[in-house]
Amino acid sequence: MPDTEQGYGAEYEHQHVHSVYERIAPHFSSTRYKPWPVVEKFLRELPDGSIGLDVGCGNGKYLAVNKNIFIVASDRSPNLVAIAGQHQPHSALVADALDLPYRLSFYDFAISVAVVHHLSTEERRVQSLKAIFDSLREADASSNGGRALIYVWALEQKESRRGWDEGHEQDVMVPWVMKDHKKKPKDADHVAEVPGAQTTHYRYYHLYRKGELEHDVSEAGGIVLDSGYEKDNWWAIVTRSATGGINHIDPPA
Amino acid sequence: MKLLTLNFVTCARKSCKTLPAAFPLHPRDAELEIVEMELNPKFLVNILPRVEWQALRTVCQELGLPTLPDIMPVQQDLLQPPSLPGRESESQEGEAEGEGGSEEEDALQKPSQTAQDLHRVLLETTIANGKLVCGACGHEYAVKEGIANFLLPSHMV
Repeated sequence: MPDTEQGYGAEYEHQHVHSVYERIAPHFSSTRYKPWPVVEKFLRELPDGSIGLDVGCGNGKYLAVNKNIFIVASDRSPNLVAIAGQHQPHSALVADALDLPYRLSFYDFAISVAVVHHLSTEERRVQSLKAIFDSLREADASSNGGRALIYVWALEQKESRRGWDEGHEQDVMVPWVMKDHKKKPKDADHVAEVPGAQTTHYRYYHLYRKGELEHDVSEAGGIVLDSGYEKDNWWAIVTRSATGGINHIDPPA
Repeated sequence: MKLLTLNFVTCARKSCKTLPAAFPLHPRDAELEIVEMELNPKFLVNILPRVEWQALRTVCQELGLPTLPDIMPVQQDLLQPPSLPGRESESQEGEAEGEGGSEEEDALQKPSQTAQDLHRVLLETTIANGKLVCGACGHEYAVKEGIANFLLPSHMV
């Protein structure tokens, strides 16, 4: 279990999230092509010409959804960004979710799908949400503020293969199993008894319990417009509050 | 990295993000590459008002590209007027005409030379290799094979 110290959290994530994705990138990418319905709908309903972010874009599967908007996508893994960068008209770059290179109060929308749950302390999760909200356009007389869709893995998923549910430990290491290429056909006698060799990589996750995403969003200065549960995940659509963002003042302890 | 994207990013350091000097980032030792892409006039019309024009001019100048006009083109500059005289385009608007209506619209959306030039600059001109330098803190971000890397060394976080 990581403690709350910033430097340690970053080091921990480097070891148990970033370097794992870097190693599993091509295999991971080949399994990630189907967009989640809530995310797809969010992107399709944006007005043409909207400009937004995909924070933690992975292989960029959401960049294929809508070509009439412009997405600046980012991920911590250069190997995944190289794959994401192929989706025109969009753009992809390498950046850390806690140090985003984006203009403040500028973007019409943002999505962050299956990313925030990789941060190992609540403080860092809230910081990453705040970094996203700070980049959203503020509401003014003529328009609503920008909107972000945040999507995280749920603790409550007893129907899933993993079987976690309420009461389970929320900080978990999840295996990613890469099977090596199948046995060569007709290749000698040892083939039958050697099961396909495989490598297992463990990634760190913080599983969100019911209500926790809304709590973190609010801590980060966001206002939840809508939220729900979709297939083992919690999601929230968020706008930034008028007083939130960069001038947010922490209440006295 | 596309020049359009460069117009939407700034230094990744929190202490720089509120400083005017951190935007735009300045290309250095940049190797440019044209990555061709289909021109979508509506996309261009929609995106253009969001471009910080003076920042784009600065970047183009620093890259040694042709000078852009002082003032940002407007929507009318991007679309060629209908080539056939006597078309009653205005009276057609708002009427559901199915296929016929959209053809008419397409004819009206033909991109002008200005649109083609802007498409080339914003979407097809990319920084393939080089650096992006923050005007506030001086930090250099590397661009390799078209991908900019904004990860900060741990002492800068």
